[in-house]
Amino acid sequence: MNLAANIHGSLRAERRWALIIAYVSLCAAVVIFLLPPVYMLITSLKTNAEMSNLQGNPWLVRSPTLEHYGTILGNPLFLTFFWNSIKVTVLTVIVTMVISVLAAFALARMRFWGSQALATGVFLTYLVPDTLLFIPLYQIVGGLGLLNSTWGLVLVYPTLTVPFCTWIMIGYFASIPKELDEAALIDGATWSQMLLKIFIPVALPGIIAATIFAFTVSWAAFVYPTAFITTPDQMPLTIGVVSTLVRGDTFAWGQIMAGALLAALPPVVVYAFLMDYYIAGLTAGATKG
Amino acid sequence: MAQVTLRKIVKEYEGGVQAVKGIDLDIADHEFVVLVGPSGCGKSTTLRMIAGLEEISGGDIMIGGSVVNDVPPRDRDIAMVFQNYALYPHMSVFDNMAFGLMLRKFPKDEIKRRVDNAARILDIVPLLERKPKALSGGQRQRVAMGRAIVRAPKVFLFDEPLSNLDAKLRVQMRTEIKKVHQTVRTTTIYVTHDQVEAMTLADRVVVMNHGIIEQVGPPQELYHNPATRFVAGFIGSPAMNFLPARVENDRVHLHGDAWLPIPEARRARYASAVGRDLLFGIRPEHLTDQRLGLPNRADILITPEVIEPMGMETLVHFHLGEARDCCARIEPTVHAAPGEPILLTADMNNMHLLDAATGRVL
Repeated sequence: MNLAANIHGSLRAERRWALIIAYVSLCAAVVIFLLPPVYMLITSLKTNAEMSNLQGNPWLVRSPTLEHYGTILGNPLFLTFFWNSIKVTVLTVIVTMVISVLAAFALARMRFWGSQALATGVFLTYLVPDTLLFIPLYQIVGGLGLLNSTWGLVLVYPTLTVPFCTWIMIGYFASIPKELDEAALIDGATWSQMLLKIFIPVALPGIIAATIFAFTVSWAAFVYPTAFITTPDQMPLTIGVVSTLVRGDTFAWGQIMAGALLAALPPVVVYAFLMDYYIAGLTAGATKG
Repeated sequence: MAQVTLRKIVKEYEGGVQAVKGIDLDIADHEFVVLVGPSGCGKSTTLRMIAGLEEISGGDIMIGGSVVNDVPPRDRDIAMVFQNYALYPHMSVFDNMAFGLMLRKFPKDEIKRRVDNAARILDIVPLLERKPKALSGGQRQRVAMGRAIVRAPKVFLFDEPLSNLDAKLRVQMRTEIKKVHQTVRTTTIYVTHDQVEAMTLADRVVVMNHGIIEQVGPPQELYHNPATRFVAGFIGSPAMNFLPARVENDRVHLHGDAWLPIPEARRARYASAVGRDLLFGIRPEHLTDQRLGLPNRADILITPEVIEPMGMETLVHFHLGEARDCCARIEPTVHAAPGEPILLTADMNNMHLLDAATGRVL
């Protein structure tokens, strides 16, 4: 009885400590990751005068204003950036998902000579950073006459997204039992029917996870547009906000912060709605073998 | 409905490993044939070759008289039930069963008629709108069978369909499968490693080992007249006892002074075996406590090592000479205790003599 109580007590103490450590580290992580956006929000709500005033606590807003939001939303250039980002991202996601799903289905299910090596190769290309790739890609995009065009971005963004998305989808497809395709084959399905009617619906969480990844990568891409885009009418948000709101050494801080926050909004919305799918998709391969 | 014929079927994997070594088999229309054997004996590979899920390395497979070697699975007019059910997780039970018919562009009302009919046979009508994850193991297995039935194919293929079920449900589903076959009469090929399933379900059992067929026959035939040591040991539970033996003067000599008389009717059959190294085979149920007054009995004195009361019978484990792990079945009312010698009697009408070198039953 005594022994049991002791064991019980020590288990409870162990669990309490585990919880304390977990909460402390989670709080630290939340503070570290949330401070910058909170500071952005605070700054974007200040007047220019308040911003340049070095007196007082910079974390407090004395006279909140939406003037910067009004200015930036009234700026046709900002709306162009937004439209460019949406266009490039949506097209990139579509191109990426079509290529990734088809490639992953072939690599995961149709055993052919070299399929293993090819799957590894796909992953290796993901390891080459875009800061290294943009130089040769500049030649290619230039050769195609797509420099300073959003279409050039639609062409090159998939080089960032396809490898990882293919990899996620290979893992997901591999976790679908082999008997399922065999049952479909016997039921009379062709390969394409099997993909459309069995694999895509069953792997939907994985497809959503890959879609979110592709969306995030192309929405936040910075190096390629910096290298390939030169005029404001073709710029996406990431470089548009920075290049037009910084004139020489004058920073329009209020507008930059407001613009950056507005630019960060779509990914937040997407994540908020699809978070559960995203996690399920990323962990599926790991738990189902 | 169709007959299935295998002619010199070979399956060879890369590196020259042969999983199936040229087997011949004729399966009649409406017949229920069970392929049984230990894991790795080639039974599943054979079934998958018939389904078209594995390419064959040699020989011919005929379904309904035509060679289907290069015909894709969907055109072979077969249906298969898998061990893990392989239900489509995103579809309702109805859609799971209807999928094959939809792909074959059956009219809607025909699909509904067939699915309803199959659901009635399998007693799953209330489940039609559910998703597979809301079903129990036994219900999933019924749906998997329903998916096969609605197609009304030439041949049903079952690949260890009951292995994922618990013991009680397995016995129940076994009866269900037999009932379904008695209703729809479709030619059925069923793979299992469980000899009880094989015995209870089959019109004919095919015992496989190391990629070859050891013996084909009705369950009773395999039980009473096994052709090889493998079949004799595989069919029946607990397994047949094998004891080193020699034949002399119309008697079987086991060891020491254990001499068992051979029944009159069998003496001619064993005449050629005199002087050779043999195995004496006898099933536990033919090695029992003394029952006086029956012909062709021989007594053996043994010392039990382990006693296992099963309720309807008691198993006695012992060793006899060089043979370890021998087993006898006695009446539960007979007193037996470890270490206390007991006189057993062998029913010599059910004895077997095997060539020790080749393993063939004489």
